[in-house]
Amino acid sequence: MSIIDYDPSMLMAILPELLLLGLAMVVLAADVIWRPSQRRFLAWLTAGGMTAILVLALIFSRPDASQGLILGGMLRHDWMAFAFKLLFLFAGAVTALISLDFPGVGERGEYFALLAVATLGMSLMASAADLIMLYLAIETTSIPLYILAGFIKVDDKSTESGIKYFLFGAMASTVMLYGFSLIFGFAGETNLYALAGKLAAGQVSPWVIIGAAVLVLVGLAFKISAVPFHFWAPDVYEGAPTPITAFVSTASKAAGFAVLLRVMLAVFPQVEAEWTAIVAAMAVATMTLGNLIALAQKNIKRLLAYSSIAHAGYAMIGLVAISQLGSASVLFYLIAYVVTNLAAFGVVVLFARAAGSDEIADYAGLSRRSPGLALALMVAILSLAGMPPLAGFVAKVYVFAAAVQTGLVWLAFVGVLNSIIGLYYYLVVLKVVYLYRSEDEDKPIAVPRGAALGLAVCLAAILIIGVLSGPWLDWSLGASAALF
Amino acid sequence: MQSFPILSVIVFTPIVAGMLILMLPGERKTEIRMTALAAATFTFLLSVWAYFSYDKALGGYQFVEKYTWIKALGISYHVGVDGMNLPLVLLTGVVMFTGVLISWGLDDRPREFFALLFILATGVFGVFVALDLFHLFFFYEIAVFPMYLLIAVWGWQVTREYAAMKLTLYLFVGSVIALVGALAIYFAAGLNSFDLLELEQAGLSTTFQRFWFPFVFFGFAVLGGIFPFHNWSPDGHVAAPTAVSMFHAGVLMKLGAFASLRVGFMLLPEGAQYWAPVILGLATVNVVYGASIAMVQTDFKYVIGFSSVSHMGLVMLGFATLNKNGLTGAGLQMFSHGVMTALFFAVVGMVYDRAHTREIPKLGGMAKALPLVAVAFIIGGLVSMGMPGFSGFIAEFPIFLGLWQTAPVVAIIAALGIVITAAYVMRVVRNVFFGDMPKEFVGHIGSINSLDKVALVLLSGIMILIGVYPSVMAPLVESGAEAVLRLFGGG
Repeated sequence: MSIIDYDPSMLMAILPELLLLGLAMVVLAADVIWRPSQRRFLAWLTAGGMTAILVLALIFSRPDASQGLILGGMLRHDWMAFAFKLLFLFAGAVTALISLDFPGVGERGEYFALLAVATLGMSLMASAADLIMLYLAIETTSIPLYILAGFIKVDDKSTESGIKYFLFGAMASTVMLYGFSLIFGFAGETNLYALAGKLAAGQVSPWVIIGAAVLVLVGLAFKISAVPFHFWAPDVYEGAPTPITAFVSTASKAAGFAVLLRVMLAVFPQVEAEWTAIVAAMAVATMTLGNLIALAQKNIKRLLAYSSIAHAGYAMIGLVAISQLGSASVLFYLIAYVVTNLAAFGVVVLFARAAGSDEIADYAGLSRRSPGLALALMVAILSLAGMPPLAGFVAKVYVFAAAVQTGLVWLAFVGVLNSIIGLYYYLVVLKVVYLYRSEDEDKPIAVPRGAALGLAVCLAAILIIGVLSGPWLDWSLGASAALF
Repeated sequence: MQSFPILSVIVFTPIVAGMLILMLPGERKTEIRMTALAAATFTFLLSVWAYFSYDKALGGYQFVEKYTWIKALGISYHVGVDGMNLPLVLLTGVVMFTGVLISWGLDDRPREFFALLFILATGVFGVFVALDLFHLFFFYEIAVFPMYLLIAVWGWQVTREYAAMKLTLYLFVGSVIALVGALAIYFAAGLNSFDLLELEQAGLSTTFQRFWFPFVFFGFAVLGGIFPFHNWSPDGHVAAPTAVSMFHAGVLMKLGAFASLRVGFMLLPEGAQYWAPVILGLATVNVVYGASIAMVQTDFKYVIGFSSVSHMGLVMLGFATLNKNGLTGAGLQMFSHGVMTALFFAVVGMVYDRAHTREIPKLGGMAKALPLVAVAFIIGGLVSMGMPGFSGFIAEFPIFLGLWQTAPVVAIIAALGIVITAAYVMRVVRNVFFGDMPKEFVGHIGSINSLDKVALVLLSGIMILIGVYPSVMAPLVESGAEAVLRLFGGG
């Protein structure tokens, strides 16, 4: 690969990224030009822009049959990356919609510009095929997210959340960078797809490769908040502005998985047995710990934080089952999880705006205050619990199926037993919403049109993915074929 | 093949109606009830029609519909009915219809209540007609979760939260364990198909079958109330509102029994043969223990709750005989018990709504104020005891016949359960419906409305009809039992 391979058509492959950069600038410009009263339309502008980019990407940037490396081997334009890009754009658009009128962020141009840049970074993470590019992409994603988490400066919790996220994140990424440098040192190569061959040819001791793999895993485990690198998640999720919590817990986590899938499968086939054992152990710990601690939570954001830790564990099952069905099930799981969690956080945002609280106890009487919002929360929560006909059910079935297929029946059992613990705390939330009475029952909850649209899209997606999962699964299987 | 997709219409009418109901404004309760009743009547009539237009001479699966659902994994939407599941479809139609009639007076958020009840109904129908393993699971779990809210929100205040959570967790544990078993079957068969008819022919190895049978069987049998996993059932039945108890004991427990037959016995026949003695033993405990506990309960509803445990034991006994008589009896018992227990819970609900207590010692003389209710309960009681001339006899007699052929000792012990049943039924009849009415009730027990009467008459009528004219159902179930036995290498 050299600069000579450059072909203008490659620009079409990174059209979404280019347009996202443009969108960030447009948002910043609009922030300056628009009068304060108009600035609430920044959310619409961002959401509309991302939706438009999603549509344009679908038309112009589909990978061709070669699914090859582009731009000097920096990126790989394959269906897996493309699928993730669409997912990030969707998550970004919904996040922008639920940020509409959110106190402290809803009228700030920087906020939406950073959101666009973070989405850009994630898109690059999904397609990066070179260690250098990968690192840059990860940082392009992380730095805006650190700022966004601490965006509400007057709120101590938000500030704490930003700093905590930054410190943990910086630590994890240095460890990962150390792993990268080891790999480069032994292989003399930075391209992900050339590395495995070089490592094999260089007769590097497998222990060194395992060491490097572990260091890389640390960085990525932080991104997907896998145990034991999950400590930041609950505090950050609780303190960050809720729309950002939604974004970090969905898109950012999915981006981590995108990299994890690509790097582990492409670079470390020689030590496959070892790293799958490590990831399997992490998956068990992540599911179990996330679910057990979630049982004790009284705050809905923290509950969803621990539940999202647990969900990372389920998705890791699919990774451990190294197979096409396994990777497809991870992608499918993430799609289902992203739309579901966005819906759940959407309800949390709307409720908090009206009631000023994130305590689960305050959700009492929600089904009488706002039957629609209660229904939305029920659908999201049941999907998280893995109940049909919702997306979460089929996603879990596929992940467990992948595990059983590769003979990891024990892991599937750990998974299903964990989903029972999950069901308990999810049902407790539903109980509060539907059963308990409160004094505020007659105070209705206003749902702005933008947020209603975002929620409706997510709910429709949860149902459609759940009932008609065929095309999505075919698509995931096709996308994951690119990894093998 | 029939051009009109009658089974799909039966399956999806409730959920569509449920969604329609959700869109109505919550305060227009009459419209909500009318919609619910219309949908329930329609489904009921369709299930009756399907029942009577099944061609017995032809046999096998009829009204089959098959569409590819998820191609990559060989999953299809595949439905059909044979002699085993057709009566259960009819049962669900009956219980749904009467359940709506009984719940007419429900005043707390009827919109959400009926919507959830109908989602549940769709799940139940979907399982009964499923001919695809994934499809079966999909609908099975749809049937599990609405139960939680139905019990927790509309149930008996004292125990509802506890009972609802216990029930849901029990059932979910069972279903996910069975799910892993089902996935194991799918991959071991290697046919890239979840189709039950294909999996039946997969020729799985004996070791595999013996290993996985308990997971699949017990996973589903939890919902069938098998000992020692029956614990959720009486608590759940008692805590649930009347219509939900009817649905739950009447239909949902059959769902568990049926799924354990369809997936456990039919896909893993060698496993079933190996484990049959264990099932015989546990089910005998069900029958005798359930009846004995029912005997000492002072709460009217708990009596009925434990009687369900006892009767479901008979169903499991029938399965485990693995012969034609036993299986036919089990199939008939599922239907007969479903109708009977729905009637029982309806009666309990009517008495409780008027007396505001279910303590048997505090009740009495209800027959004077509620004559029709008393008659209906006595009919149910006679069915419960297996009295000839009622559906209970038609169902229990073949079970014992089958048991006698395979395990005479079990038959003798289980017969004890029937004796105890007679005792507790008569105790309830005497103490609740006859004797002197306590003073505080005199003049305060209002009569039941005509909707309630329709429900009671329909349920009692079905039990008498089958009792005096068994040909209306027995040959059909027998053909279903023969189909099951063909998988065991014989008839």
